[in-house]
Amino acid sequence: MLRATLKSLLARKLRLLLSGLAVVLGVMFVSGAFVLTDTLGRSFDAVFADAYAEVDVNVAAKPKVELSETEGEQVAAPVPASLVERVKAVPGAADVQGVVAADGARLIGANGKVVTSFGPPQLGENWLGESDLVKLREGREPRADDEIVVNAALAKAANVKVGDRVGVLTLAPKKEFTLVGVFGYSGGRDSVGGANEVAFTTGVAQQLMLGKPDVFSNISARAADGTTPEALRDEVSRAVGGGYDVKTGEQLADDASAGLKEGLSFFNKILLGFAAVALLVGTFLILNTFSIIVAQRTRELALMRAIGASGRQVIGSVVLEAVAVGLIASVLGLAAGIGVGALLAYLFGKLAGGLSLAGLGVPPAAVIGAFAVGLVITVVAALLPALRAARIPPIAAMQDVATPDRPLTKVTVGGAVVTTIGAVLLFLGLSGNAGGNTLATILGGVLFAFIGVALLTPVISRPVVALLGAIFSWSVPGKLGRLNSGRNPRRTAITAAALMVGIALVTGVTVILDSAKGSISALAEDTIKAELVISGSASGPRPPSFDPAVLDKTAAIPGVQLVDGEYGDMATVGGERTWVAASSNVAALERIFGAKATAGDISRLAPDQMLLSSDTAKARNLSVGSTVPVQLSRGEARTYTVSGIYESSQLTNPVVLPPQAAADFAIPQPIQGFVQLAPGTSVGAVQPQVERLLADSPEVSVADRAAFIKQQTSQLDTPLRMIQILLALAIVIAVLGIINTLALSVLERTRELGLLRAIGLRRAQTMRMITVEAVVISIFGALLGVVVGTGLGAAVVRALKDEGITDLVLPWGQMVTFLVLAAIIGVVAAVLPAIRAARINVLGAIAHD
Amino acid sequence: MTATVGRQAQAAARANDVWKVYGSGEAQVIALRGVSAEFERGRFTAIMGPSGSGKSTLMHCLAGLDSVTRGTVMIGDTTVTGLNDSGLTKLRRDKVGFIFQQFNLLPTLTAQENILLPLSIAGRKADPAWYDTVIDTVGLRERLGHRPAQLSGGQQQRVACARALVARPEVIFADEPTGNLDSRSGAEVLNFLRNSVREHGQTIVMVTHDPTAAAYADRVVFLADGQIVSELIEPTADTVLDTMKKLDAPVEVGN
Repeated sequence: MLRATLKSLLARKLRLLLSGLAVVLGVMFVSGAFVLTDTLGRSFDAVFADAYAEVDVNVAAKPKVELSETEGEQVAAPVPASLVERVKAVPGAADVQGVVAADGARLIGANGKVVTSFGPPQLGENWLGESDLVKLREGREPRADDEIVVNAALAKAANVKVGDRVGVLTLAPKKEFTLVGVFGYSGGRDSVGGANEVAFTTGVAQQLMLGKPDVFSNISARAADGTTPEALRDEVSRAVGGGYDVKTGEQLADDASAGLKEGLSFFNKILLGFAAVALLVGTFLILNTFSIIVAQRTRELALMRAIGASGRQVIGSVVLEAVAVGLIASVLGLAAGIGVGALLAYLFGKLAGGLSLAGLGVPPAAVIGAFAVGLVITVVAALLPALRAARIPPIAAMQDVATPDRPLTKVTVGGAVVTTIGAVLLFLGLSGNAGGNTLATILGGVLFAFIGVALLTPVISRPVVALLGAIFSWSVPGKLGRLNSGRNPRRTAITAAALMVGIALVTGVTVILDSAKGSISALAEDTIKAELVISGSASGPRPPSFDPAVLDKTAAIPGVQLVDGEYGDMATVGGERTWVAASSNVAALERIFGAKATAGDISRLAPDQMLLSSDTAKARNLSVGSTVPVQLSRGEARTYTVSGIYESSQLTNPVVLPPQAAADFAIPQPIQGFVQLAPGTSVGAVQPQVERLLADSPEVSVADRAAFIKQQTSQLDTPLRMIQILLALAIVIAVLGIINTLALSVLERTRELGLLRAIGLRRAQTMRMITVEAVVISIFGALLGVVVGTGLGAAVVRALKDEGITDLVLPWGQMVTFLVLAAIIGVVAAVLPAIRAARINVLGAIAHD
Repeated sequence: MTATVGRQAQAAARANDVWKVYGSGEAQVIALRGVSAEFERGRFTAIMGPSGSGKSTLMHCLAGLDSVTRGTVMIGDTTVTGLNDSGLTKLRRDKVGFIFQQFNLLPTLTAQENILLPLSIAGRKADPAWYDTVIDTVGLRERLGHRPAQLSGGQQQRVACARALVARPEVIFADEPTGNLDSRSGAEVLNFLRNSVREHGQTIVMVTHDPTAAAYADRVVFLADGQIVSELIEPTADTVLDTMKKLDAPVEVGN
């Protein structure tokens, strides 16, 4: 029995492989995700172990506001210079150094643009001299306050060389320095972990990177001979007292690495999400292939039953085939996944500015995940056809039992039930009634909705396919093709359903993001009363900022009526982490952003007063006159009194602080500027003048309002495009499905095709017939996908009404594109099966048993 | 009329007042009308009758491939009627063999693998002596490694016969085994079937509408309109043909 199964498997290897391809792709994503995160994770470990190799013990202050990896850059609180002496006095401590190292030193390159980073920090630091790790490659160390050295990676990226005058943006606006040296790292490396580094003299570094003199970011020490790092840590900890984090270099490396790995796990989840989509589509494909194969093997399976095979053995043989396909697909998928993981890790390393990869790692999770997913999906998908195979009566071996057209009632009722469950889950999830499992509920709802609709598809297919096919019915081959596509509603339905999933997801995501874009621009159009906006687009986690002096100078330009600079920071407000804004001109809240006061006065703000949005006030149970302690990224906690409350809208911040507070923000410079012109002033006249003022702030530019809104909403375009590209994969898999179904159908109808050819159907007509069938199926799938996707998207948009997505924007253009694309997909998918059908030997086909 | 066992041999298969009705209402077709018959062990019985007489239905019911509407069917001492799927599977595995008109070999397996398939499905080993006997009897020793596509029709049917014989079932049911063969290959297969009955005591029940084929049997049972109407012991092609002519006449008048 085993041998019979394996032999019949070998005889059909091509078509099984085709259906296995979907599993290969899914498994590829799963294992690729694990390989990527493992490789990058170990690379980070190596980077940080290296970076802290020269540190035995490190003393740092606890940050004022603790942030998670996704909330933004955490600003370390400085340690006073006096603490260095206290650490030096600890017995066993050697090489004690005060270190300045903070993110946010942006070098202006030879092309006048700021060198950007997609993730690794842009460190501004004090020059500590050469060491085993750090080596000067050219020039000398910085001696004067206007001298700097940079690491080789940054020098290359900025295209600057020793002797150049270069501008650097820090906490302070642009300052010019002479580049006196370039340094690298042991082993010929240009950077550690892709970081860009600018090293100043200590006093300058303290002022520019930490905002005040006589403080350090941290203190590092080495353990003298005979002292272990752990022992020294405990000694130092006792000497400096509480309030400081004292850690060994090893702990520090682990912490830093763990933080980055947390960010990586997000990446992992995205890849696994796409794996899920690929596998969902793949399940349909495998289900279909096995159903067709079982149907084609009816006689063979009946024979098995007649000569004594039990139903269980028949199920076993089909499942065994599935296991074999799943195993092969898993192996191929794992191999492809390792390749993809390596490729992504390489790209990531490049993007991160030369992260040296610590060798390719294939963690056990990748292997286990690959085989578990590949096997389980294939076997589950083959189970239904296997059960059907077991129901084939042995008598079918003796006579051509016409497989009766089973009524669709059961599957339709089932589909309706499953769709309803999906709808209910979606409703619960989207209306926020799912308790803590909102995301899981929504995903479950989407999954159920897809399966439910797939079950309903056979019923829907009859009228829709008839209607679609009517377009092609003007010729005999067209008519035959249409009738063929309608003749096995289940098979047509599953094939179309696979395409539906991909197109529905793309459509749904597009509906949601387009609606978000539409709603935001509509709101911005209606409310922002500023003709010019100063802003830049962020390339990394750090938003671009500009010199606050530009605000005053802009206000002095004739025709300018009101100028507002917006600052922002994550702060602890009354014990909760909250985004706070500061406005250089509080009056702008009413006059530019159209905010309406619901209590108190929002047109002015004393240095110890704050404004709240109505939502924040309500949530925190605060009112005018309440006092709230606020801890910003720098400085000490302060108490502010609520002096006004404004109505919440999409464009208002939860908390507004007076401009004086901005000095203690992580970025003490404005990140956006709004310029309101006096009536009758020409925008074209003012814009170039503001542009000139921004010459020293190359991170930002000035745009008119329409351009600004477009720029803001276009931030949604990148994720949209990425999601679309990855989901396109699901569509590719579905195309494989159509090819597979058609190829199997052609094989199944060899005799019939031969007959048609015998009575005079030309080759070209045969091909046209197959093509019409493919086009009808794929347009049907796309139509379903567009409808289901629009439905899902609209449901999500409705649910997000309170979040400010008020307008439902339907991407009509895209929908038409999908339908046209589906027609093309149909034609392409039909090519091979059509050629095969046209080549059928007429005599052989009629004699074919 | 009831066909009874001629000699004092125990029946290998037995039908007792078997009725088979398909469909209901206007579409109702009565295929068997109270058929009772016994098929003795170690004999070669042919079931004959014109098209639509119910001969294939009778065989399917005897073999447990189709359920009966009324009455009972027994194979050896097993009551087939009322067996569930696993019981029927066990019956097919241990007591029944089949030979089909279409040969029904698995195209992906060699002749040898096809012959051993029922045993390997049942998880049993072939008795080597018996296996050799069967292979020599069908004369296929040189062709064991060939696939069905590389064999002639007669050779394929001999492989199918060997497949049925090798498990030594209580009874072999053959459904028009020569229907797809030329007369020479057909004669070879029929000789082979008769020999396996004479020399090895195999029981065979064969459905056919070819009088020449029926003449190889020890006994012929005639069916018409769902009932057993006649019987011949030690038939010749001529006696079978005569009986058939007699049967056809009243049926045609009846129509």
